[in-house]
Order: sequence, then C-alpha cells, then structure tokens
Amino acid sequence: MALYSEKVMDHFRNPRNVGVIEDADGVGEVGNAKCGDIMKMYLKIEDGIVKDVKFETFGCGSAIASSSMATELIKGQPLSEVKKLTNKAVAEALDGLPDYKMHCSVLAEEAIQSALEDYERKTGKKIL
Amino acid sequence: MIYADNAATTKMSEAAARTMTSVMNDVWGNPSSLYSHGQKAKETLEKAREEIAAVIGALPREIYFMSGGSEADNQAIRSAAELGRKNGKKHVVSTAFEHHAVLHTLERLEKEGFEVTLVDVHENGIVIPSEVEAAIRDDTCLVTVMYANNEIGTVQPIREIGEICRRKNVLFHTDAVQAVGHIPVNVADDGVDMLSASAHKFHGPKGVGFLYVRRGVRLLNLIEGGAQERGKRAGTENVAGVAAMAEALKESSSKMADNAARLTAVRDRLIEGLGKIPHSALNGDPSRRLPGNVNFCFEGIEGESLLLLLDDRGICASSGSACTSGALDPSHVLLAIGRVHDVAHGSLRLSIGEDLTDADADYIVRSVGEVVEYLRGFSPIWRDLTSGKREFIL
Repeated sequence: MALYSEKVMDHFRNPRNVGVIEDADGVGEVGNAKCGDIMKMYLKIEDGIVKDVKFETFGCGSAIASSSMATELIKGQPLSEVKKLTNKAVAEALDGLPDYKMHCSVLAEEAIQSALEDYERKTGKKIL
Repeated sequence: MIYADNAATTKMSEAAARTMTSVMNDVWGNPSSLYSHGQKAKETLEKAREEIAAVIGALPREIYFMSGGSEADNQAIRSAAELGRKNGKKHVVSTAFEHHAVLHTLERLEKEGFEVTLVDVHENGIVIPSEVEAAIRDDTCLVTVMYANNEIGTVQPIREIGEICRRKNVLFHTDAVQAVGHIPVNVADDGVDMLSASAHKFHGPKGVGFLYVRRGVRLLNLIEGGAQERGKRAGTENVAGVAAMAEALKESSSKMADNAARLTAVRDRLIEGLGKIPHSALNGDPSRRLPGNVNFCFEGIEGESLLLLLDDRGICASSGSACTSGALDPSHVLLAIGRVHDVAHGSLRLSIGEDLTDADADYIVRSVGEVVEYLRGFSPIWRDLTSGKREFIL
C-alpha cells in the first residue's frame, strides 16, 4: 500500500497555483519552522470572488498537496463559500490523508482563513 | 532503483538466502529433539554460533541468539539494571543519541526509580571518554554507548570507554547494530561486556540477531519458557535465520576491508558533491563515521518531500524529519548534536552499499541538488532567508 492516495501524489508532484501574488488583497501565513510546516496563501479578490490564489509551502508531501488542493477548491468561488471551507473538505478532495497527516489539511484551512481575515482587516469589509 | 538506505535494512546476500532456504528445507527439526533429525538442527545452530563468535573474537558460549537488535538491547539493559538494583546500584550512563531500543528502555527504568545520565555527544556526534568516566558514580550499574550511530554514522571511542569501565568495574554494553559486519568489531580488544547485533543490517535475514555476553557476566532473561540458549532466551530457535546470519556475517567480514575502502571513496564523493549545495551541512564527524554513511541538512526544505521526489527518481533514502515518522519533533539524533528544529526537518540520510557506483553517486548528487532547488522555489522559509527577513543558520 502506498503512503498517500494517487490524488495526494498528483497534487504533490504537480502542485497547482504555486507562487506569489505581489499585490495580493489578502495574505495568510500559518505554521512554524519548528514544527516543520509553514503555509502561505495569497488571495486576489474581485467583486467578492477569489479571482486568483497562489501558495508557498515548506513542509511534507501532504502539506504541499493540501495547499495545492485548497487553492483549487477556492479559486473562482465567492468569499462567503470560501469562508466555509473546512479541512475535512480538503482531505476528502484528496481522497483522504493518513491520520497523522490530517493536521496538514487543518493548516490549509487555517492559511486560507487567515488570508480572508487579512483581507477583511485591509478593506474593512466583513465577509458574511 | 538506487538503494541508499542500508542503515534501515540490507538486501540479503545470495549465499545467506541459499543457506536459509536449504536449512528450512532440509534441517527443519527442533534442535531440542533427541533424534538425529533434531540433532542435525542443533549442530547447524552450534556451527553458526561458533562462526559468529569467531568473527567478533568471542567464545561460542558467549553468543545468545534472539530476534534482533531491539531484543538484545532490551535484555542487556534490563538484565544489568535488575542485577544492579539487587546491589543498590540504580544509575545508568548512556548518550542522548542512542537507538530508541536503548532510550525507551532507559526511560522505563527511570519510571522504576533508576537515574540515567546522558553524556554529551557534541557537535561532531562523538562521545568524549573522559566525560563518560566523569559520569560514572559509585552506584552506576551499567554504561551503554552505541558503537556507531544509526543516523549520522559516527563511530564512538568504544575501546577507550571499555577501558574506563573495566577500571571502574562497571558493566559496559554497546549497541553495535550498525557496526557489526561493516567495521572491525572485536569484543576482547574493545573491552565490552555485552554487545547487540542484528542480521538484517549485514545482508542477513530480518527477525534474527544476537547478544554477546562476556563469560562471567550474569544475564537474566526477558522471555520465560524452555531452556533454549542456556536458559537465557526461551523459544524454539530460528535455526534457518541463525544459519543465514552466520553466513552473512562471514561474508561481510571477509569482504570488509575491500568494501570499506570502496565505500569510503564513494561516501566522500557524495559528501563533496552534496556539500556544494548552498546552505547545506554535513551532520556528524567527516571522517570518524561509518564507511557508508552520509547525512546532510538542507536549509529551507522539509525532508519528507525531498524523499518522495527522490523516490520518483528511483532513489531510496531516509530523513530525520518529523513528518517521516509521524512524530512532532525531528530526529533526536540531530537535536542531540545541536541542530535546531528548523534545520533538522530538512535532513537526508544516505546509507550506501557495496554496489553503489561513482555514476550512481553523481546521479544522487545531481538529483538531490535539483530537488532541493525545486522545493526551495516555493518554500516561504527560503523566501524569508533569501530576502533577509530570516537569518541563515547553515
């Protein structure tokens, strides 16, 4: 049995939306180097919709795959939907993660929520 | 496939595998049975004991067969502790970078009221004998220091420690799982009282190993039952496994000098090549290490993703990253030599075998370089390091 599902390996080997958005409307960074995982999410928002999203991740295979999948799930979505994104949805979209790797999907959720909070702070708009 | 994880396990040698099958097919009797078919198995077992004893400079009766290195470590330490307790000696000296078979046994002893002193292994991963001596107290019942470290490959000054223990009249055990079959090990010269070894680390089968116990040193058993192994380890003997272990050990030791010279040259080629990757560092002493061990830290990346991408390129290696074990902390060995968490997560261990060519080594260096560069390309830590927001450690 392989360590990870094929979907995890696909997103790990070919991560989607890798990079930086210089003029991002919201940026979120979670995790720390001590624990071995850092995720950074950049959001570009137009008309209440995630127009573009990029990520940078320092971490294991499932951390990179979780970041990649999370960006796919929120791209083009209205902020009200993005705000509802859970780690469970990320893990399910990856066809599951090993138990001890579930925290990677939690980090992905937190990174996106943190980027949304940054957007709310910068714009003074509250996402409902 | 390029296999560079021989410290995890080795491929069985053809001779060992042949021996194992032939014993399983032809000598399957119980060594404790009195009829000749059983006695044939007994002879096979005792021949293996003689051969193994000869390789490490022991007497056959000083060799106890068991399931592997972990069991040998457990029994040696628990036995010495039990005997110590009876004499009011409840202190053990060891190091912080022992294998978990040793460390977890020591933790158990601490819960039972023992005190454990772990001597420093320093930045180069080598124990200083005088510091072991200073740690020994009147109530010390055991010193246990590994022969060679399983992650960073550093070889310890076993002979000097043995001398100190003999002078201080303290039992000395060494976990020699990574050393036996790879570097010269001689229990008489080294002055050890107990030594653990495991067959699958020197091209023998898994699930079998041995504990050497010097004649005159009492050994208590962990497993109760029949009178096998002179009453010290119950359970019908793994005759085929033991015979294959002896075959593998003879082969490894006869080829040792040639292999070590070749391996050392390839190892140093890897160290030189990987050392050229920016912001990387070798873990452990550059020369006082096993001929086949290379261990590096690369700043700004995490070890598990490195291993997965190397696997895609056909390279089998391992890492001390927390993510590879499911633990939160990275390798206790890397932390013990003073690597901080941030950097310890980005480690790579290559433990090469005799079959690795210079071309393989060059391919590994090239692949590691490319993968590290790729992962750094989207690592937020690397961005912070290169933009000056965070200071480089390596």
